[in-house]
Amino acid sequence: MDRIKDRLEEIVGKDYVSCSAEERFIYSRDQGVQEPSEPDYVVLPATSEEVREIVLLANEAKVPVVPMGGGLVLSGLTVPLKGGIVLDMKRMNRILEVNENSHYAVVEAGTSQGMLDAYLRKHHPRLKHSLPDAPPVATIAGNIAIHGSGHLSQSEGGFHSEMVTGLEVVLPTGELVKLGSCSTVSAWFSRAPLPDLAGLFLGWNGTTGVITKVGIKLFPRQAHHDVLIFMTEDVDAAPDILFRVIHTGMAEDINYALSPKPDYLSGFQMIVINVTAHREDELALKLRIIRESLRDYFETKEAGFMPMPPNMKAGLLEVPQKALSRFADVRKGGGFEYVGAIMPLEKIPDACRAGMEITERNGITYSLGARIIGRGHSAMFFFAYPFNRADKDEIRRVRSALEETNEEAIRLGGIPWKAEAAGQKLILGSMEPATYELMKKVRTLLDPNGIMNPGNWEV
Amino acid sequence: MDSEYRDILHRCFRCGWCKLPTNYADFNCPAYLKHRFESFASGGRMWLIRAWTEGEITPSERFNQILFSCVTCGNCVEACAMDKIRDKLVDVFVAARRDLVEEGRIPPGVRDYFKAVSVSGNPYKRPAEETGLWAADLDIEEYNGHEYLLYAGSVASFDDPGMRMARSAAKLFKQAGLSFGTLKGEEVDDGNDLRASGEQALADFLASRNIETFNRKGVGKIITISPHSFHTMRKDYPALGGTFEVYHYSQVLALLVMQGALVPGGFGAEVTYHDPCYLGRWNKEYFSSRRVLGELKGTSVREMDRSMQNALCCGGGGGNFFTDILGTGRDLSSRARVREALDTGAGTLVVSCPQCYRMLDDAVKAEGAQDRLRVRDLAEVVSASAGDA
Ligand SMILES: Cc1cc2nc3c(=O)[nH]c(=O)nc-3n(C[C@H](O)[C@H](O)[C@H](O)COP(=O)(O)OP(=O)(O)OC[C@H]3O[C@@H](n4cnc5c(N)ncnc54)[C@H](O)[C@@H]3O)c2cc1C
Repeated sequence: MDRIKDRLEEIVGKDYVSCSAEERFIYSRDQGVQEPSEPDYVVLPATSEEVREIVLLANEAKVPVVPMGGGLVLSGLTVPLKGGIVLDMKRMNRILEVNENSHYAVVEAGTSQGMLDAYLRKHHPRLKHSLPDAPPVATIAGNIAIHGSGHLSQSEGGFHSEMVTGLEVVLPTGELVKLGSCSTVSAWFSRAPLPDLAGLFLGWNGTTGVITKVGIKLFPRQAHHDVLIFMTEDVDAAPDILFRVIHTGMAEDINYALSPKPDYLSGFQMIVINVTAHREDELALKLRIIRESLRDYFETKEAGFMPMPPNMKAGLLEVPQKALSRFADVRKGGGFEYVGAIMPLEKIPDACRAGMEITERNGITYSLGARIIGRGHSAMFFFAYPFNRADKDEIRRVRSALEETNEEAIRLGGIPWKAEAAGQKLILGSMEPATYELMKKVRTLLDPNGIMNPGNWEV
Repeated sequence: MDSEYRDILHRCFRCGWCKLPTNYADFNCPAYLKHRFESFASGGRMWLIRAWTEGEITPSERFNQILFSCVTCGNCVEACAMDKIRDKLVDVFVAARRDLVEEGRIPPGVRDYFKAVSVSGNPYKRPAEETGLWAADLDIEEYNGHEYLLYAGSVASFDDPGMRMARSAAKLFKQAGLSFGTLKGEEVDDGNDLRASGEQALADFLASRNIETFNRKGVGKIITISPHSFHTMRKDYPALGGTFEVYHYSQVLALLVMQGALVPGGFGAEVTYHDPCYLGRWNKEYFSSRRVLGELKGTSVREMDRSMQNALCCGGGGGNFFTDILGTGRDLSSRARVREALDTGAGTLVVSCPQCYRMLDDAVKAEGAQDRLRVRDLAEVVSASAGDA
């Protein structure tokens, strides 16, 4: 008799606990190249109270708890490295409140990006949140727990964790806490002016507690949307081009991309500039200002705006972009993983060169690129490597390339984002000792039994 | 498993687009909606089938439950991001079920379903002579060189709501002067859901029997009540020697309305329309029913959030109508669908499939919504509008 299973079934109901080989198999791996590791239990809670009871039980039995949203992080962060309970949060997906005037929504942690978007389109069509390009089943909490970014990160305020207005969290010791304005008054409008405790859970990859509710900022949804692609073969020109476009203040989302396919575009840097507006004439003006900002580049005829076939444009106007998921089939094999390194913009040319060298050395292909964050305060540079899931050797080569990329990203002055356990060790190795000690203190204080997502950010 | 399918298993990224409709309104895969484990979504199923073919997993009761809970609604095909594999997703699941059937590893409910059809030619264990009884008092001629054969199929022959549909449709056809006849005691099950459940041999056998009967009688055009029959007669029958012009009754109603042979009257309530998967997603027929409903005086169709290619399946496809593998509970897709219909504020949920009719009618009761929502079929609504309720 398994006492823990019985208790879990009492908490969430028999239908929502599994120890079956099938669920253990599926939840032991994600879509990337990290090694599998099986959970003992997969549990699907429906309320904060259920999460609390599960965590209390896990504490008592000293069983690991790994929160999981969409499970789409690709770097193994929801793979239970030390077994235990995987807490699939997607039953907790109610949208609890939308405050139109104060521009925020309060959602349960497992609410998917897609469902929040659909809900806002229907009930609050003037508002939107910042969608990542992850598949739409990715969750709001999973994304902020890794400092994700998306379509409004450039224009509206940076990483999605910076758009959080409040949290409800179950601490590793079972207390249910509210953080931000909602801790003191009923509304979830902001984390200021209180001491900012939300940071203890943002970007911590589920190692400090289970987020159960999120307040997230909303922004105006414009009726008009267009996209421009500026192309140049000069890698070193990228930072200046980006600077100019950012400085127009006219662009919503700005992405940089470089990929060896199709052949005739190989070597071209593409700057993909999304522009939105409430009115058509406003859109036209914004596009003109952006074009003007790059006039001396395209007058040299070495660079220019790409005429886009309609299907290409339609794909680029999609939010989230399905094409990014399709990248997993480049090697006819259902897989890719990426190092997304957060770095200063001026490092983009070197990151490109490094990515191309690493992939050449490892005999794999790539897509390189960057999303501009917070009006140029940083970039999320991605080194994405597709692989064929049926080709073990290619998986090994991609893994080795990812390891090299992590090292290179740090050497370049960037920091790997949502790094897998090995990448986290690299980061910790470069970290100021006092910062490292602080992280250790925080974790020990919050999680004395070390039950939260152990194996990750181990200090 | 055929290499055509085995060779694409590893191409599923398990990115989860398949769980949602294309407008992301809510989970739209009935098996996933019900169970919520990743294993029950199409991606999980692809990875588990691959694990099975690679010897990493051995089929268990749970494995069978996961495979047989797919209702073949085709939402995953519609939403999948991978253009090179999406069209084959449901085919892969059906192929895996075929392998399980061949190995004799099937859940008891599925076994009982297969048994009933193999003994009686229909899942209701009714003798063949009874197949035309639904029309006994309607004075419909036995098919005898008419322009159309009206094929009811198992559910419209033996299940109450389905029978009501068949009767209403037949009455309207008569009223419009359509030349049609039925088969008295010679129909067998269309085989669609058996095929989807992995019992291909029996499905082929039944299809061949129907084809033999249709050919012997000189049938050229068929009207089906069930979208499931419509689908398999168009898709599978030609390869078995049965090439017919196949219409769903909603298409014929639309034609008759357009020709002025049928004139719908007023229907004093707002309606919402549920697209059946085997008419909509599988055969891209979204408009005939809406065309007919559009002619009702003083009534408008209030679309649900998930309509047309995004419709949430009633959960009755892929054999589940007969095997009930999905079980019960609030997260059954039929119940979620009823809640969605209620959200439109319409008082009538119009269906055009006998399986959807039963599933949604039961779900209205399970939701305790009988006083707010009534399920009716397209033909019943048209009849009622003409004052013949
Ligand atoms: C094609 C593709 C495109 C992508 N594009 C983007 C993009 O544009 N922007 C972007 O930011 N990311 C992107 N990603 C990466 C990733 O998919 C997203 O960041 C996604 O939002 C992660 O959310 P999730 O729900 O899948 O998280 P999960 O993978 O489930 O979890 C991520 C981390 O958060 C933790 N976690 C999850 N839920 C909780 C909780 N309730 N409480 C505490 N911790 C929790 C987990 O333990 C894990 O450490 C992309 C991925 C793919 C496959």
